[in-house]
Amino acid sequence: MQGVKAALRSAAALATGKAITLFARFVTAPRALWQGIEPSYAQRIYFANHSSNGDFVLIWTVLPAALRNRTRPVAALDYWLKSPLRSFIGREVFNAVLIDRRPEARTEDPVTQMAQALDEGSSLILFPEGGRNSGDSPLLPFKSGLYHLARQRPNVDLVPVWISNLNHVMPKGKVIPVPLICTLTFGAPLQLDANETKEAFLARSSAALLALAPQEAA
Amino acid sequence: MTGAPHIVLLLGGVAAILILATLIGQILRARLDPGGTNPVIENLNARIAAWWGMVALLAIAFLAGRTGVILLFALLSFAALREFLSLTVKQAADHWSLAASFFVILPVQYWLIWTDWYGFYSIFIPVYAFLLLPVVSALHGSTRNFLVRIAETQWALMICVFCISHVPALLTLQIPGFEGRNVMLIAWLIFVVQLSDVLQYVWGKLLGRRKVAPNLSPSKTWEGLIGGTLSATLIGASLWWMTPFSLTAAAGMCLVITLMGFFGGLVMSAIKRDKGVKDWGHLIAGHGGFIDRLDSVIFAAPIFFHLTRYWYSAV
Repeated sequence: MQGVKAALRSAAALATGKAITLFARFVTAPRALWQGIEPSYAQRIYFANHSSNGDFVLIWTVLPAALRNRTRPVAALDYWLKSPLRSFIGREVFNAVLIDRRPEARTEDPVTQMAQALDEGSSLILFPEGGRNSGDSPLLPFKSGLYHLARQRPNVDLVPVWISNLNHVMPKGKVIPVPLICTLTFGAPLQLDANETKEAFLARSSAALLALAPQEAA
Repeated sequence: MTGAPHIVLLLGGVAAILILATLIGQILRARLDPGGTNPVIENLNARIAAWWGMVALLAIAFLAGRTGVILLFALLSFAALREFLSLTVKQAADHWSLAASFFVILPVQYWLIWTDWYGFYSIFIPVYAFLLLPVVSALHGSTRNFLVRIAETQWALMICVFCISHVPALLTLQIPGFEGRNVMLIAWLIFVVQLSDVLQYVWGKLLGRRKVAPNLSPSKTWEGLIGGTLSATLIGASLWWMTPFSLTAAAGMCLVITLMGFFGGLVMSAIKRDKGVKDWGHLIAGHGGFIDRLDSVIFAAPIFFHLTRYWYSAV
């Protein structure tokens, strides 16, 4: 009985995942530009700009299926455990690494959780801005998580991914998406240098990500 | 579609052309590029493959009748509008007017065509959307780039919804002696305009020297323009017996729609240049986006519709 239930759940997770990628394709026809790197089985940490809850769905959608299955988004526990449906999607569909953003309440260290997921062989999708950016500046200052993770697992490539247009598809607080084409630009990988300071590394990785943004008319 | 035996003939002819093109493409690849690394030959073959898909889609829509044709062009409008609005200037304040463009204006326009309400579908976007959509943006506050934002959105709707919807609108014309065969108007229009595009490209590659608009497009030459429009006019006019037009009228129509098609390519290229992109999209392999393939039809369709309606339609 347990086995049947588990099988049903994982089938439902698979179908939900398929439906979500299909919906994402219909709405935004996402296009991946592998500018600085090719898609491959190598373990990676993808780090991207964060303007909408659809961000990691798009990265997840444009990754080739074989890579998608071993790539886990890092997401906020307080958001994804709010309702049973969200929890099902977050945990079983996306297999997210759920981290607690509240330092005073958490029992597990987020960087340790991420490092553990890497040790299990997964790649990660990370939003180093820490929260959604709904302001006018293209990119918020990075939180230090990316640096600490890079220090703990210095051999994993960090791949910047710029997601364009998604802030227009679904601005914060809106329910109906506007179907616009989103482009995801995958840049050249970078790694933490041996004696690079935290500030220097965060500035360098942030600049590498920003350099992938297209020049916008507005 | 009843009573349109000519449609089978025309589609058969197109299939024959595509079979020939496919053979040539495969021979070129086998002879010159066995490794599949020559970008020109690869692009040619990708284009031919995409043409098969486009012709198959059109044929299915024709088979499905009026609803099928209207549905197909509504979806094409959707894809084109998505490409166009991805490039325009916009802000969060425009969210509702953009959403309304996709989910209200586009379906209403095609519904009006489906119900054959000429008096409304021919002014719905130029008058009602034109006046009311900016109100939605204005009510949301931001005035930065306001005129640019509302003007670009209106342009997107005119090009991608209004103009494209005039292709299925051809089905609503009532031409005495041509009843039940209106789908031929669509097939003939698309055939002549697209053939002209291809022939302009071929003539331009063979003889092209003098550029029509050097700072706009290196591939548009006077030799290509004249050779392409004239040969397409010749072929289109030779099919006059499939249309409600006389031989001379068919030739005149061909000249008008091939020239409009050329202008469409020119104007849409200027917009691409302005926005700094090479193609409108990426969904049609070898061709770019939907607007890249449709630009000539977009400019030709409303003029063809109105000329035919003025001179041949009973209502």
